[in-house]
Amino acid sequence: MVEFTLPKNSVIKEGKTFKAAPGVTNIRRFEVYRWDPDSGENPRIDIYEIDMDTCGPMVLDAILKIKNEIDSTLTFRRSCREGVCGSCAMTVNGKNTLACTKAISDYPDTVKIFPLPHMSVVKDLVPDMTHFFAQYASIKPWIETQTPPPADSERLQSKEDRVKLDGLYECVLCACCSTSCPSYWWNSDRYLGPAILLQAYRWIVDSRDENTGERLDELEDPFKLYRCHTIMNCTDTCPKGLNPAKAIAETKKLLTQRKLG
Amino acid sequence: MDFRTPLSKVKGLGSAKSGTSHWWLQRVTAVALVPLSYWLVILLDMTLNAPYQETVAWMNEPFHSVCIIAWVLAVFYHSALGLQVVIEDYVSQEGIKIVAVWSVNLVFLLFALAALIAVFKIILVG
Repeated sequence: MVEFTLPKNSVIKEGKTFKAAPGVTNIRRFEVYRWDPDSGENPRIDIYEIDMDTCGPMVLDAILKIKNEIDSTLTFRRSCREGVCGSCAMTVNGKNTLACTKAISDYPDTVKIFPLPHMSVVKDLVPDMTHFFAQYASIKPWIETQTPPPADSERLQSKEDRVKLDGLYECVLCACCSTSCPSYWWNSDRYLGPAILLQAYRWIVDSRDENTGERLDELEDPFKLYRCHTIMNCTDTCPKGLNPAKAIAETKKLLTQRKLG
Repeated sequence: MDFRTPLSKVKGLGSAKSGTSHWWLQRVTAVALVPLSYWLVILLDMTLNAPYQETVAWMNEPFHSVCIIAWVLAVFYHSALGLQVVIEDYVSQEGIKIVAVWSVNLVFLLFALAALIAVFKIILVG
């Protein structure tokens, strides 16, 4: 359901300011969302002034610098620091992205960092991904076949069919797209969201899969699929440059083709 | 305590196995309304600027009356389909949602009937 006001306990308060050391000239200001479930307090924005002469180029570098040198209580997820694990998805200056592949120099001034929108927050920049990954499991993201594999080789695929997976297999399930989608904000209890629908399409177009019809059956639902109204926030925000809106449109085309074709 | 697994909550009542026709017809009616609205514009123009008898004579041309009737059917069907999507987006309580969707459907059905009766009355009675 659409929500116009924040519940009382999620109104954001002013937090602490960590000034740069005297003599530092190349300062960049970072405003970071903080919330500690154990304190019982409202969320707050802490301000960190960072010496950019001793900081790496990416947003994640700045966050790591804060954690290592300024405030070790800052909590966030990160792993690969090169955009293949999808852990460090967060909202930077109003747009969802991976902190590790986003350059600080892309922003003119203050960098504002928040957890992904409209997700329950576990702590600071860590959102609760339980529901998102349960949705991923629900589309059965593995090959389903009746025909046994060839005795002495892999299941083969033509080059043309392999090309159909380009732009789909690169998705790292960071959830930037799904959490940028208003339909997902209001109806994620039933709507699968762009990330999961792109993953579902990845198996629908896989020439080796033998359950295409059943997969389409599962998606054909006013809420699971058709909450997508193609506003394309997903494609706009994807830090991997993928196009979930197109994958969803292709799924709708296949369903229409099955009915009318 | 809630002992249901996240996957069980996600799967819920399963897929409705519908929605494609709704989505498709919304687009078909939208495209159909592009040419059909031409007749609406003419009718509105005549209603405001032409004498009544001239408007009636124009409506009595079978091609014109068919296009106006087609416009009425397409526009109210399109509106009902579209408003249903808006209600489903923004109303999450199941009971209120169903009542709202069907109130909209029935109101637009009444509008369409009223518009059709008006057209037939103009054609048949003048």
